[in-house]
This record gives sequence, C-alpha cells and structure tokens, in this order.
Amino acid sequence: MPGSCPGSPLPTIAVNLMNKTRAYGRTVGGLRSLSLQAPAVTLLLLWMLVPLGMTLWFSFQRYNLLMPGMTGFAGLENYEYLLTDPALWSAMGVTLLLVGWVLFITVVGGTLLAVLFQQDFLGRGVARVLAISPFFVMPTVSALVWKNMMMHPANGVLAWLANLFGLPAVDWFSSLPLTSIVIIVAWQWLPFALLILLTAIQSLDDDQVEAARMDGAGPIAVFFFITLPHLKRAISVVIMIEMIFLLTIFAEIFVTTSGGPGLATTNLAYLIYIQALLDFDVGTASAGGVIAIILANIVAIFLVRLVAKNLES
Amino acid sequence: MTTPRYKRFLLAVLAWAIALIIFFPILWMALTGFKTEAAAIADPSFVFSPTLESYVAVHARADYLKFALNSVVVAFGSTLLALLIAIPSAYSMAFLPTPRTKGTLLWMLSTKMLPPVGVLMPIYLLFRDTGLLDTLTGLIIVYTLMNLPIVVWMLYTFFKDLPRDILEAGRMDGASTLQEVRHLLLPLTLPGIASTGLLAVILSWNESFWSLNLTSSDAAPLTAYIASFSSPEGLFWAKLSAASTMAIAPILVFGWLTQKQMVRGLTFGAVK
Repeated sequence: MPGSCPGSPLPTIAVNLMNKTRAYGRTVGGLRSLSLQAPAVTLLLLWMLVPLGMTLWFSFQRYNLLMPGMTGFAGLENYEYLLTDPALWSAMGVTLLLVGWVLFITVVGGTLLAVLFQQDFLGRGVARVLAISPFFVMPTVSALVWKNMMMHPANGVLAWLANLFGLPAVDWFSSLPLTSIVIIVAWQWLPFALLILLTAIQSLDDDQVEAARMDGAGPIAVFFFITLPHLKRAISVVIMIEMIFLLTIFAEIFVTTSGGPGLATTNLAYLIYIQALLDFDVGTASAGGVIAIILANIVAIFLVRLVAKNLES
Repeated sequence: MTTPRYKRFLLAVLAWAIALIIFFPILWMALTGFKTEAAAIADPSFVFSPTLESYVAVHARADYLKFALNSVVVAFGSTLLALLIAIPSAYSMAFLPTPRTKGTLLWMLSTKMLPPVGVLMPIYLLFRDTGLLDTLTGLIIVYTLMNLPIVVWMLYTFFKDLPRDILEAGRMDGASTLQEVRHLLLPLTLPGIASTGLLAVILSWNESFWSLNLTSSDAAPLTAYIASFSSPEGLFWAKLSAASTMAIAPILVFGWLTQKQMVRGLTFGAVK
C-alpha cells in the first residue's frame, strides 16, 4: 500500500491537493464573488424591477384611491387621457424650458468660472469654497431663502437693490414664475458644474498652453482651441448628470409656487405628484411616471455609454 | 509667462466678487438668523444688534430637535447600511473581477437613472400597505437603495487604486479573506471609505423628494421641516433663517471637506 510508506506519496497528494484547489479555486472564486455581490445586486434588482413593474401595471389599470369601486383593465385609456390633456403638454414645455435654461446657464457659467478660478490669485482656495457652497444646501432651504429674503417684492434684497437704482421692484413669483424657479435651480447647479469642470481643467497640460502662447495665441484662442476641447468630456458628463436630476425637479417648485400660477411652473414631476398624492389617481399618475422614465432613459443611454467607454480605458 | 500685475489684481477682484455674489444668499440667511423678526423684514442692512432670540425660539419648539434627530438617524443609518452592503460587493468587483463585473457596474449605474417620480405611486402604496409611511425605517430603506449604486462605484474606484501587491503579500502570509479585509483593505482605504460615506450622508441629508412625499410628522427630517415654513402663516424670516442655518451648517462643512473626492462619486469616475 502506498499509504504505509509515509515518505513518497505525500508530495503527490500535496500536488494533487494543490491542483484540486487551483481548479476548485476558480469556481469557488466565481461563487465567492457572486455571493459577495449578491446582497447589493439583489436589493437593487428588487428596488428597480418591483416599482417599475407596478408602475407599468398601474398605468394600464383604472385605479383611483378615491373611487374604490372603479377598477379594472383600462387599456391605453390613461395614456390617452394624459396625452390629450393640455396640462401634460404644458408640463412638458415647462420641463424642457427649465432643463434647457438651467443647463445653458450652468454649463456656460460653469466653464467660464472654472477658467477664472483656475487662475492664481490671493485667497483662491477660500473663494472656490464659497462659490461651490450652494450645491450643498438642501433644496427646500435654497428655495425658501430665495423666495423670501431675495425675491420678496417688498422686503427682499433684490427689491431693495431695484429701489436703490430707481427701478420698480419685480414681483418675481407672480410676474416671472418660471424665471424665478430657473434662477433658484441654476444657483444650486452652477456650483456643481464649476466643481466638476474645475477638477477637469486641473488636468490640462500647462506646457501645451505655454506652447500655444509662444506661437502667438491669445487667451481667447487658447480657450477655444485648447481649454474647451480638453473639457469636452467633462462638459458632456455635467450635461447628462444635470439633465437626469433637472428632469424631475420637485422640492423647489413644491415650496415656492406649488406649480402655479395656473400651470406656469408645473413640470412633469409636479404634474405626476398632483395626480398621485393630491388626486390619488394611481392609473394616470403611473402613465405619467412611465413617460418620465422614458424621457430619463433617453438621456441615460448616452451617459451609460460614455461611462462605459471610460471604464475600458 | 507673467501676467501684468494690474491684470492679476483685476482677475482676483472679479473672481472674489463672483464668489461673494454666489455665496451671498447663504451669508444673508446666516445673518438674518441673528436678527429680530422686525429687523429681518426691514431694509437690508449689515449693521444690526445681533440676538439669539430666533435660535432660542426655534429650539423652544421642542420639535426642531426631533426633526434634526430624524435627519441624523436617517442620513447616518442609511449610509452605514449602504456601506455594509456595498463593501463586499465593491471588494469582489475590484479584486475578483469576472467577465460580468463591468456589466454589473454599468447596470448599477443605470438604476440611478430611474426618476423617483416615475415610481412614486408604487413606493407610496407599498409603504402604505406595509406601514412604512412616515417611519424612519422606511426612509432609511429608500435612501440606502438610492445611494447604493454611487457607494459601490466610489468604493470600487478607491479599491482599484490600491496596489494589488499589498493584498497578495497578505495572502502569502496566510491571511484569510476576512483578515485581509479587516487588517489590510479597510485601514488602507479608510480615507476613501470615509469620503464615500460623507457623500452618502450629504445626499441623504439633502434629499427632498422622498422626504416630502413619504413623511408627514413623525419621521419628517429637516428638509420637510423647513418646507413647513413655506405656508404663509409660517412666515417668520428670522426663525426660518436660524433653523435653515442650523440645518445646512454641518453638511456645508462636510461638503467643503470632501469636494475633491466628491467629483469622483458624482461623475461615476468619468472625471477625476
């Protein structure tokens, strides 16, 4: 029996064992990585699929919490009701205007400010910190501070400034409701764009700028031909991330105008909220939710592609 | 290349002026908190005799502390939970990558793109039927799941930056996975884990969609409490300012501390 001789077979067993663990190790490794990821993946899967499935299901149902008797399959009724409701198109318009203007202000402003705050000047660190601060302020605070202390037609700082220059005070939320919301939201997101673009601009090669300057390029040429191309990817990331958040701006509207006057500041998110938690019309609110999800996904596809490209490099 | 002195001076003035204009509403809010209600709605002025009356009044309404405590419990609770779930996952993605890893990461990112308003109705009904409406547990669950993709991503990028040799060396010395994680990975990536945690705390603290829609009184965090000042009868500027200043101060400091790492988390590593 080989086992009776303790000297020779041991290495063979050891080698066998090692081979086994190596071959075994691959599957165990796969299993291990699977089990380590399982909690996160399972939870996210549930968090995504269950509500998504329910929203889809509800959107084809006749379901209003205030009318418990009326239930059943509705087919495309909810969508038909929504798509022929002028409120939806008005909300789409408000959403697009809000997203478009805020994006324009924050991206253009953020790029220019990133260039400015990249310059070397006294107290640069402190000035940067002050300029990015609004991003960390909770939306309900920003909105109420602007609504009351800044934009109040009688006691606000802006009214006082207007008076100082002999101009009539503006009643912001009644005469320019959407503009007011755009100002508040842009104030919150300009620092975000600045923060991201400032980080991106720091990786700009100084030698390249120097060389361009040597060749006689002015600051404007440097900006358009070197800085801007360098920032291209960061700018597209800023645009996409902002779009995802801006498409469903809610709290700022909730605490200032409540969507009014009329429908002037009701965006898609606020319209769905009205149908869901004020009218308790589950079916229509869910159809609205599906539309919001589709809109967000159009943006998301591009963002995911961009990030995927980055993951490879 | 040297810029002329006067030009640099002008640039500094311009940059400071813009920074101060952007910061002004926050500064103004902080100042108004130290005014009397009468001074708060008087003509704007930097000169006034400061008083703590609004802070005292806000605290006298014992519920301020309740809302603040709710915010703390929800923000830190959800962050801790998200870290606990995310660390094993990020560990395996960074150190035991499989062909599926990249797809899993991207899929996690894509769950973040689901607009909350799109699933408002199902979540509301599920919470109503399970008794989670207006509970801290409910809010913690939502925030944990909301932040989980960002937390996994950020941890993954930090773990990936760790030199693999160090972990290999540990393994050679016979460390088990658990020992490896406890004695090598966690201490070495603590700064990264801390900034990931801070970002999650900031995001949860400021979250204002679910907090407004899923809570009413018992579990309302500060975002919802501040929103209650929007009703016309609740319009006290000095008190609003005092309460707001307290509500944003800790988060503002967290934000200042983590601004650099935050870029990584907010852009999913696409901008470094």
